[in-house]
Amino acid sequence: MNLSLLILIPFLTVLAILLVKDGKMARVIALAGSFAQLAAALFMLFSYMKLHDGSRLAFEESHVWFAQWNINYHIGVDAISIAMVLLTSVVLVAGVLVSWNIEKSTTSDPSSGGQPKEFFILLLLLATGAFGFFISVDLFTQFFFFELAVIPKYLLIAIWGSGKKEYAAMKLVLMLMGGSAMVLIGILGFYHFSVAAGTPTFDLLALSKLSLTHNQQMFLFPLLFAGFGVLSAMFPFHTWAPDGHSSAPTAASMFLAGISMKLGGYGCLRVAVYLLPDAAREYSPYIIILACIGILYGAFVTLKQRDIKMMNAYSSVSHCGFVILGIAMFTKTAMVGAVLQMVSHGVMTALFFAVIGMIYERSHTRMGDEMGGLMKVMPFLGSVFIIAGLTSLGLPGFSGFVAEMTVFVGSFQNADLFHRVATIIATASIVVTAVYILRAVGIALWGPIKKIEFEKLPDAAWNEKLAAGILVVAIVILGTMPFWLSDMIYKTTETLFGMAVK
Amino acid sequence: MSLLNYISMMRFEALALGVVIMLLLVKVFSEKMNASVVLGFVNLSLVALLGISFVGHPHGTAFGGMFRIDSTLMLEKQIITLALLLISLQANSWLKKHSSYLEFYVLILSVIIGMYFMISSGNFLMFYLGLEMATIPLASLAAFDFDRIKSAEGAGKMILSSAFSSAILLFGLSILYGTTGSLDFNRVAENFSLTSHLELLALAFLLAGFAFKISVVPFHLWTADTYEGSPIAVTSFLSVVSKGAALFIFMTALYQVFGAAHEKWMNALVLLSALTMTIGNLFAMRQSNIKRFLAFSSISQAGYLLIGVITGSSLGMASVFYFMIIYIFSNIGAFTVVSVVSENTGKENIDDYKGLYKTNPMLSLALMVFLFSLAGIPPTAGFFGKLFLMTSGASAGLIALLIIASLNMVISLYYYLRIVKAMFVDKNESPLEDFAKDNYSKFVLIFCVIVILTLGFCNYIFGYLQSLSFGL
Repeated sequence: MNLSLLILIPFLTVLAILLVKDGKMARVIALAGSFAQLAAALFMLFSYMKLHDGSRLAFEESHVWFAQWNINYHIGVDAISIAMVLLTSVVLVAGVLVSWNIEKSTTSDPSSGGQPKEFFILLLLLATGAFGFFISVDLFTQFFFFELAVIPKYLLIAIWGSGKKEYAAMKLVLMLMGGSAMVLIGILGFYHFSVAAGTPTFDLLALSKLSLTHNQQMFLFPLLFAGFGVLSAMFPFHTWAPDGHSSAPTAASMFLAGISMKLGGYGCLRVAVYLLPDAAREYSPYIIILACIGILYGAFVTLKQRDIKMMNAYSSVSHCGFVILGIAMFTKTAMVGAVLQMVSHGVMTALFFAVIGMIYERSHTRMGDEMGGLMKVMPFLGSVFIIAGLTSLGLPGFSGFVAEMTVFVGSFQNADLFHRVATIIATASIVVTAVYILRAVGIALWGPIKKIEFEKLPDAAWNEKLAAGILVVAIVILGTMPFWLSDMIYKTTETLFGMAVK
Repeated sequence: MSLLNYISMMRFEALALGVVIMLLLVKVFSEKMNASVVLGFVNLSLVALLGISFVGHPHGTAFGGMFRIDSTLMLEKQIITLALLLISLQANSWLKKHSSYLEFYVLILSVIIGMYFMISSGNFLMFYLGLEMATIPLASLAAFDFDRIKSAEGAGKMILSSAFSSAILLFGLSILYGTTGSLDFNRVAENFSLTSHLELLALAFLLAGFAFKISVVPFHLWTADTYEGSPIAVTSFLSVVSKGAALFIFMTALYQVFGAAHEKWMNALVLLSALTMTIGNLFAMRQSNIKRFLAFSSISQAGYLLIGVITGSSLGMASVFYFMIIYIFSNIGAFTVVSVVSENTGKENIDDYKGLYKTNPMLSLALMVFLFSLAGIPPTAGFFGKLFLMTSGASAGLIALLIIASLNMVISLYYYLRIVKAMFVDKNESPLEDFAKDNYSKFVLIFCVIVILTLGFCNYIFGYLQSLSFGL
């Protein structure tokens, strides 16, 4: 399997869209490209599973990029990156499908919309950055793709968004760039220490063997962890998330919550904790406290939202708290749970945002209490909404349960009081989640139809059904048979963290 | 040494001088000439100048060590010649309408000859001659928009502050001559002793003089007014070529003459670099005129360049060259867009760019690429330029400076995005209408965009620059 394909396919799709004039042609190419990408990702998964059990980096490829700095274009995948690549390609396909009619979209104010060509170019550029980020093993290459995935968001939100979109877009991009500035300092710090050790390098594998003093580790870790933490909306760096998610157009919300936030979680795990396990262990109590605050705070703020898109945006803060919590708990099981939670939250939240966008396009309101009885007029969308909700509150059978359960079990393996209390607090948030999800379902979907014009609303179109179908299938596969994935991830965690983690 | 040898060594100076003399002869003997022919001739000779610079590897000194040339200096001259060529193409349509286009070239070629001598100098006396030759015609160029009072104001400010900074430089040089007994680079380097306070004072004065020329904070105050007042071609020249040439000789002087005092000038430059980035950024945020905006953004870019200079390593120097080349393409590209817009509509405010994408999509996309390159966003070359400067800083352990630099990258993104937002997001009832662009500007824009998008992936260019660089 040639891994560079995963970067080339979306990139070539961007070029192809650039060449066509027609918006209709652009979306066809975008869809073809994203399906090709999904096929490539699945092919990668199967060829990896045939050859390896998750314990090693595979399909490695390394080319010298800038010999003077020892910068290599070095890529490779293990089970964690495979999980992320799969997630990204699924969300990509769904995102393109959902944006099929972006030309005359009414999800945003009437003035925006249009320009389908530009929209798909930015969407695929973002995806190119995300894919490159997940598969690169060289910090410089990784940072290159990381930043590539940030800027398109600004334009996506500012041009096609709704509400106070310009404010939200600027806030989001500045906060994310602030995070990436911290990451950059961390990376440069690593380079500096590797120069001091006589072997200047950006390579993750080589850097993991670098022996750093305690002080050096303690200096680098907060920069990297907090820097990536901004992206995964770690408390107190979460404030971009609600504004950004709720102002973004549907596909961009799906990408933001489904992919971008995962860049953060993946970076925390793969760069910060992997390279600096000792410092991670020392900082872990503080991270756990922040994660618990994020989980509870996110859940309680969600309770107060009338706007269902805002509700899902805040619940993302809460759910991504589980990712951070799982990483900081420092047991293999909890880490596997964190990765599963990333995948699960990715598909779940993409589905949620997609269905919220679809409902809004029909009802022209996002306020839960202005809706009502929608199940009667759009049964398909209503059912999908319920599936997304149940996944979010962690019903067995869906992916959310598997992921959260694994995090909790892994967390509880730490026998001391602090970790146990933290676990219990985090678990308690599920009750709150159930409250807001069930209430939203009740208000928006059941009961009498509140407005007469709702009665004539159409149900999902083919593209919407396909998008939702793909995401639901992913959720159910993860929820009912997670072991093919979780076993591989467990092996990878063993290789990555080995002795450092219980 | 034969005459041919001398000419080969001084090929840049000789050819440029030849063009100046020919232009003057044309002016004297020909009553009426076709502007396009003259402009085409000058542009062709600049291309020829670049072409012949790649023949052979001239190496050696002349005039008793006053003048020297080697591959690195050739590279520096090539870089500023390339920038001049791009500016000349960009200014084509403006010059055609200008009554004194011929004088423009006489002056600007004299400036570049001065810079050639300055870069090639092996002696502070020669350096000073070159510097003055590069400064005085430039000030008259700044006043080349005869009917705009701001142009004259900018030129006045420039000549006064240049004279002031030259005086400071000269004072430093005179102290240096007093303590070391020579103005020759090699002799000064031999006799320079770290213990003498007088010599450190001389170094401080020299630093301040150079800082004026590179417009480093707090010696930058002349920049904004001069940039705003000057014709756009001159503004691009000031922000790119002047800055580049001064920085090159600055780097040479620091490495080859004051290498022993690295510790001392390093600390001073770290402070200046941090100030330059930060203050340049803070002022750029508040500008509403796009030329002033680019002026302040170019101030903060100089701050990043200093990181590479501070390291004193050959990789640092290569990064400075690399960034300088990228900066030339990004900044001249941005100024070309500004020039095209201003030439056709007379508008120079950021607010006038609102909704530009609707009417001039290609122009807006090009400007976006240039701004992202200036901001250091991948996949543009600016990303690589900035990262390499910062990586060289990391090798040298300048962590505190790098923290300030990366924070400034976030701040600068805000104001670059402001313009992108104006073009792509903001609504405008009456956006600038679509207008015809001249072919020369189109060529410059396309060329710059292609270079910016591909340079980071052509790794041999950086390798080539590194092979010509040296450290302390």
